Amino acid sequence: MAQDLYRRPAPGQHPPHRVDAYKSTPGRSPRKPAVALPQTLSEITGPRLLGERLVVHGRVLDEDGKPVPKALVEIWQCNAAGRYHHPGDQHDAPLDPNFYGGGRARADDEGAYQFVTIKPGAYPWKNHHNAWRPAHIHFSLFGPAFATRLITQMYFPNDPLLAFDPIYNSVPEGARSRLQASFDLEATRPEWALAYRFDIVLRGRNAIPMEDEHG
Amino acid sequence: MADGLTPSQTIGPFYWGTLVSSYRADLAPLGVAGERIELALTLRDAEGAIISDGLLEIWQANSHGRYNHPEDRRNLPLDAGFEGFGRASTDATGTARFATVRPGPVPWPHGGMQGGGLQAPHINVSVFARGVLNRLATRLYFDGDPALAGDPVLKLVDPARRGTLLAKRDAEGVWCLPIHIGGAHETVFFDG
Repeated sequence: MAQDLYRRPAPGQHPPHRVDAYKSTPGRSPRKPAVALPQTLSEITGPRLLGERLVVHGRVLDEDGKPVPKALVEIWQCNAAGRYHHPGDQHDAPLDPNFYGGGRARADDEGAYQFVTIKPGAYPWKNHHNAWRPAHIHFSLFGPAFATRLITQMYFPNDPLLAFDPIYNSVPEGARSRLQASFDLEATRPEWALAYRFDIVLRGRNAIPMEDEHG
Repeated sequence: MADGLTPSQTIGPFYWGTLVSSYRADLAPLGVAGERIELALTLRDAEGAIISDGLLEIWQANSHGRYNHPEDRRNLPLDAGFEGFGRASTDATGTARFATVRPGPVPWPHGGMQGGGLQAPHINVSVFARGVLNRLATRLYFDGDPALAGDPVLKLVDPARRGTLLAKRDAEGVWCLPIHIGGAHETVFFDG
């Protein structure tokens, strides 16, 4: 018999099915031993994250190009089929049981952050007839102050849906493209993931002396 | 890229799992100094309808009037365990609830205690929701506070609209503030 791909747990690691002190178990525990089964293709396969694996990375900067060190970056997105893991999303697309769609990271001292995720799908919404949101990832950033708080969305370059999206197009034309990530061949991981770069620029500081320097 | 400010976009309706589930709306663990207060902020749209998918964030000084932030360099006590930040989503009644301590006064416009005087105790509020493309910033002041009369920020506001910033105590002692995004009772929002 071929050797099993996955190690079998040694005795004494998992609890037994029946533990009488836990009173729900006597009525809910099999009495006969499980049938030993060699691991077949049915055992060594299983559900995986669906979709195109992505590295999304970039830097959090201020308007002078200075990094925002240790910036908290929070993201959320739908799955590859265009469905959010949220009870309010009733779009008829499959939920991916292995994909929750949320992430949180701290940027490093240079403001650099990175997430590994799945490319989100486009999905319909009811804003107007045949309305589809272009693929996007929601981003939440604080920066150093109440005044620098930003929530935004990252889009993918050359998405044909961008031209029809009133949320993307709510941004003045000259600034819109800042919401598009750029394809980053350097950061791709061969045989594993594509990569996009999305730098985020928060409000910078004016060069004014603080009035309490002498206080 | 990176050739200017990153534009703002709406939070959308599906932020809960990431932004809210791991945050507390209770800002002040036991032992934090100050008067314990509860806040109920109710969000309504221009028609007066409840907004049940909004996100509210608050930022405040502690009871001594000290912000837990490096820009606040005054010699006032910081309280262990009190950051001053809270996040909560609005519920089916449009209400987001917080438990915290009543903040102390903070200086105007910024910097030291000398110079510009003090602002009345207040809580800074950020409003996000589906359909709100840019963060809306407002403030919660406490109705009946004698310091309101001299507050330099309230003086910037049309007297007829100042009431939109005043939380009032209900029968249970909860400080309640309706926030109206538009409509006849539109809340005063600030561009700070």
